[in-house]
Amino acid sequence: MDISKEKLEWIYTTMYRIRRFEETMLEQTLKGNSMGVAHTSDGQEAPPTGICAHLTDKDWIGSTHRGHGHCISKGLETDKMMAEVFGKATGQCGGKGGSMHIADFSKGMLGANAIVGASIPLAVGAALTAKLKGIESESVGVSFFGDGASSQGVLHESMNLASVWKLPVIFACENNGYAEATPSWYAVSAEDIASRAEGYGMPGVVVDGMDVFAVYDAAGEAIARARAGEGPTFLELKTYRYHGHFHADDTSKYRKPEEEAYYKNLDSIKHFERTVLKQKLMTEKKLKSIRDSIEQEMLHAVEFALNSPMPDISTLYDDVYVNYSNPILGLR
Amino acid sequence: MTTSQANNPIGPGYEGVAGSEKRFRDIFRDTLRAEMLRDEDVFLMGEDISGGFDKDTKEPLDAWGGPFAATKGLVQEFGVERIRDAPISEAGFVGAAVGSALTGMRPVVDLMYFDFVTVAFDQLLSNAAKSRYMFGGQTKVPLTLFARSGAGTGHAAQHSESFYSMLAHIPGLKVVVPSDPYSVKGLLAAAIRDDDPVFVVNDKKLINLTGFVPDEEYVIELGKGRYMRRGTDVTLVGMSYTTVVCQKAADQLAEIGIDAEVVDMMSLSPFDEDILIESVTKTHNVVIVDEDTPRASMSSEFAAIIADKAFDHLDAPVKRVTAPHTPVPYNRDLEQEFMPQPGDVVGTVKNLLGRE
Repeated sequence: MDISKEKLEWIYTTMYRIRRFEETMLEQTLKGNSMGVAHTSDGQEAPPTGICAHLTDKDWIGSTHRGHGHCISKGLETDKMMAEVFGKATGQCGGKGGSMHIADFSKGMLGANAIVGASIPLAVGAALTAKLKGIESESVGVSFFGDGASSQGVLHESMNLASVWKLPVIFACENNGYAEATPSWYAVSAEDIASRAEGYGMPGVVVDGMDVFAVYDAAGEAIARARAGEGPTFLELKTYRYHGHFHADDTSKYRKPEEEAYYKNLDSIKHFERTVLKQKLMTEKKLKSIRDSIEQEMLHAVEFALNSPMPDISTLYDDVYVNYSNPILGLR
Repeated sequence: MTTSQANNPIGPGYEGVAGSEKRFRDIFRDTLRAEMLRDEDVFLMGEDISGGFDKDTKEPLDAWGGPFAATKGLVQEFGVERIRDAPISEAGFVGAAVGSALTGMRPVVDLMYFDFVTVAFDQLLSNAAKSRYMFGGQTKVPLTLFARSGAGTGHAAQHSESFYSMLAHIPGLKVVVPSDPYSVKGLLAAAIRDDDPVFVVNDKKLINLTGFVPDEEYVIELGKGRYMRRGTDVTLVGMSYTTVVCQKAADQLAEIGIDAEVVDMMSLSPFDEDILIESVTKTHNVVIVDEDTPRASMSSEFAAIIADKAFDHLDAPVKRVTAPHTPVPYNRDLEQEFMPQPGDVVGTVKNLLGRE
């Protein structure tokens, strides 16, 4: 296997961090400590981890309402993320964004985005910046979206733009089989969403999104193409979300237990553990120490979020604009 | 050539400055060029702004000089990277412009007809306007968009709208409405240099008009209005092309002894509350003239501000002359009836002042 020891540790840490963040966040939300709606991505750890393993802070990603895994893979800190979900002043966005709008521009994270498909052209725009500045080799744009967004017109416009302008973009479609409760077999006209890439003149690759090694390999190739100035690639990562569409969604109303069991048997974290142990790439002791440190990190994240202050009410009026000259509206 | 501005429409301080008569569309293009020379992060995107490409050489042809010739010659000077001809994908390329603005560029987007804003509306509303706020002030969106509004040219219902109020309604967006060559130079430069998303709405009826433009570089502060004409009997409030309508109406009113003051708003978000209140406090009567439809519009917003802040100074109710609550019709007679005309303003003022 052509992955360094450090990278393997990073991959395991990241996947386990996503898993435990989502489980912890869901538990806290059901306890009433979150201030709103939260969408979990546990089960889908492999796509963001395997892709972001190839990225640096100079690369940009666009994300979705189910964005915690993207944030964590891009290096955001889980205490500030938890505080944001709790609506606190110490949150990543000062409590103004919430679970669906976590961003960190210093880490190349363009923001979770709650209009399905709306972040796709943002990643194309980031890639356009790279092309205009002549820094494609060090700055690519990755757009994460789901099977639901594959039906949005703006995806198709963005794929065409990226192709005709030959931009360094990776279209990363996390097909978890469901747009809310609607199955993709009902809503998507193609067998594989990736087959649509051909019509836009770019490679379309179907990837096992429960296998982080498969994602890592496919993403490595796509990102290398982008960095070499060869244009965009479409990856369809077939994956599964373990929980409902949002925190209070009961999946038993629209998914069969056999289906859920089937995917849990393919669990990406367990698959990773089996693989590295079998190939003696990591020890059980090392895996456990990573898990233990993540458990501590989650305890800290919850404590940090719970103990953080509420934002000052006056911040309601901040940051609508960089500057605005109408005092009657009270903006600052 | 030096022009002395006898009835100075551009504010104090410009009497006798060096300048010349320019066409609106020419100074618009010259300003785009100047801003691109000034800042290499500024680039243009839009449909047909390169005016086609030679099939063999792949070189741009600049056949049209861009829609309404707004970008004529720019692709030869700046090349196809910075004068970026876009497929017909308004949501896609406006979204890409927002993404490039979030990552360090200063994109300028030509949306051609103002009506096309609806095709890109989600990107404007959900991304351009909200990114700074919902991400807690981490970022900014230095994006400029421009498009042509207005009836009167036979473009019918889907190429003639003046729905700038729809944009001014959105927290996070700024909206400016130049009314002559002087104001478009200063407002476009200010928009491109501003760190917030700004929409520059140009009425088609202005594009071939000429007016005095100083040679020197200048910007007009966003959110400031100006007096086009001082008077004592009634305030006429114009924006975009209706500033021209108000000036024509003021000329006609002068012939019957009514001394009208004309305020040109220039910016709709932010807008100049002070100039409205100052003028109405002096004249005690006001007519707001707008080619947008009347419901939830800039004219209703201005009326509300005047009623709130200058109520005690009013001698009569605030009056509005606007388009009717209809789409824009094609037939020339119907279209003229749709648009606010100087005669409509004169009639409203005469009624208001009891001068039948």
